[in-house]
Amino acid sequence: MSEQQSPFRRFWSEFQENRFAVLALIVVVVMALLAFFAPHVVPQNPYDLENLSLLDARRPPGFVGSGGYSHLLGTDPQGRDLLSAILYGLRISILIGLAAGVVALALGTTVGIAAAYVGGRLESVLMRIVDLQLSFPAILLALVLVALLGQGKGQLITALVAAQYAYFARTAYGAAKGERRKDYIEAALATPLSGRQVAFRHLLPNCLPPLIVVATVQIANAISLEATLSFLGLGLPVTEPSLGMLISNGFPYMMSGRYWISVYPGIALIILIVAINMVGDQIRDQFNPRLRK
Amino acid sequence: MTAFFRIDRVSRAFAPEITLGDRIAAKLGARVETRSLQAVNAVTLELAKGETLGLVGESGCGKSTLGRVAAGILPPSSGTVALDGKPVLLNGRKATTRIQTVFQDPFASLDPRMKVGETVAEGPVAHGLVSQAKAGEYVSEWFARVGLDPAFAGRYPHQFSGGQRQRIAIARALAMKPDLLICDEPVASLDVSIQAQILNLFLHLRRELNLTCLFISHDLSVVRHVSDRMAVMYLGRVVEQGETAQLFETPAHPYTRALLASVPKLTLDDEAIVHFEPIEGEIPSPLSPPPGCHFSPRCAFVQERCRREAPELREVQERRFAACHFSESLIEQGSSDFKGFDR
Repeated sequence: MSEQQSPFRRFWSEFQENRFAVLALIVVVVMALLAFFAPHVVPQNPYDLENLSLLDARRPPGFVGSGGYSHLLGTDPQGRDLLSAILYGLRISILIGLAAGVVALALGTTVGIAAAYVGGRLESVLMRIVDLQLSFPAILLALVLVALLGQGKGQLITALVAAQYAYFARTAYGAAKGERRKDYIEAALATPLSGRQVAFRHLLPNCLPPLIVVATVQIANAISLEATLSFLGLGLPVTEPSLGMLISNGFPYMMSGRYWISVYPGIALIILIVAINMVGDQIRDQFNPRLRK
Repeated sequence: MTAFFRIDRVSRAFAPEITLGDRIAAKLGARVETRSLQAVNAVTLELAKGETLGLVGESGCGKSTLGRVAAGILPPSSGTVALDGKPVLLNGRKATTRIQTVFQDPFASLDPRMKVGETVAEGPVAHGLVSQAKAGEYVSEWFARVGLDPAFAGRYPHQFSGGQRQRIAIARALAMKPDLLICDEPVASLDVSIQAQILNLFLHLRRELNLTCLFISHDLSVVRHVSDRMAVMYLGRVVEQGETAQLFETPAHPYTRALLASVPKLTLDDEAIVHFEPIEGEIPSPLSPPPGCHFSPRCAFVQERCRREAPELREVQERRFAACHFSESLIEQGSSDFKGFDR
């Protein structure tokens, strides 16, 4: 018998075997840390309009502006230092993606597990709503909701949650439906333990693996969805640009050679999303029993 | 007279769930299964305190369903289950902790994401048998009683062998201080060498705790070893019931007789040869059971009457019940020429 090993330990040692996934995880963590500590890292507060000068607008990378420091990645049409704006934008993107992902996870899991556990009419009603929602693209629903609710972080998160919880609900439902039939659930019910205890202490932990996979992918999706909405001008106010809005702001200047305004935020967005997806892929592979050694 | 544990005319049917889609399909001419499956049919069993009743039968005869109904996991379609005169189910939920179950597959019956110590402690803590603070001590005590190192409590199920897991499952059931233990094929999925260990543990604990026990198994030698009385099920009904020794010696139902004869055994008279007589045919579909006696299509002693008239379960000897028109003659000839079971 092997030494005492918690499932998490085992998981981590297996995760480490994939160098790319570890690299991706490091990238995600570094970006998250940079974004989180952005105010202490960057030379300029891009949201403070007093700091901005329109004379510095659309300057190329390396330009030394009125603030007296070099704009490493250039400046945007409002004269913001692009590096600062990207890190601040990253902060908003990660915050919104994470918040939307976590809330959607909680909501979707509750819906899915309740449907699978209770069964009967509740199951039919809940899952038909979910199916209905999954049958048209998430961005459509998000667009409509943002248009209805207006701008702001809370509204954006609400829209993203509404668009994405269905994926979690479907996954949780499928997992819970499978676990529900297993003997250990029956054993818990035969003790007897309360329905709540069975659902939370036994059913939920055993449904987590596929949910974690979906969660990583959906956080990346939420970030790109938010970027899409912002790019379309439906996300956050112009004064607090997220990555999508920065890309959108630079878009008109692409053809006039001022590529950096759109391209650098775009690169940051792509790196983040690809890295999150790589981590997600590795987690998915590890949870897939058929790929297990 | 009220028995300690009584299963009273319990039936359990499984009706197919007919969805809207099915109804439309049926309208369009597709074949939709609407017949319900009678898994258990009007079964009455009684257990005295401290007694072990063995429940045997082929796969699909309804013995596990009956076990689940008895354990309060599955509500019966009709009939009642009562312990000490009190019904086990109250408003469709199990209302007692005095009945506990040991499941067949110890690889499935333990929560893979919970430390085994927590699994054992969970029930007793939830029902106030032990405080959260004393739970660790309590678990250690039970681990020791089932022959496990108490230090294993912090491990996960995947770190144990099948036999060890079944010990944990037994500890979980007994930690609830039950009066009645329902064992649903507790050794069927274990290696033969481990089976003996688990059976001995079971026999030891049963004596020590004065447990009443419903022991479900398809393995006749196991049932013979552990049970005082036994009941034989066929297609959802009890076809014979009586003292274990008596039943093995002179079966009063052709099915019991065939079941006993079908067990492979070594005859060591001249040369070691394997000898057994399989029961002819297959168990009929419970969706469309044959008319008359359900066993008639496979019975070696079948008469015209059997195909028309279903025999009732009746007392053919003292404390001996069988559902066959010709039990008496079977018993009579049985003692002279029946050499079915001698393991």
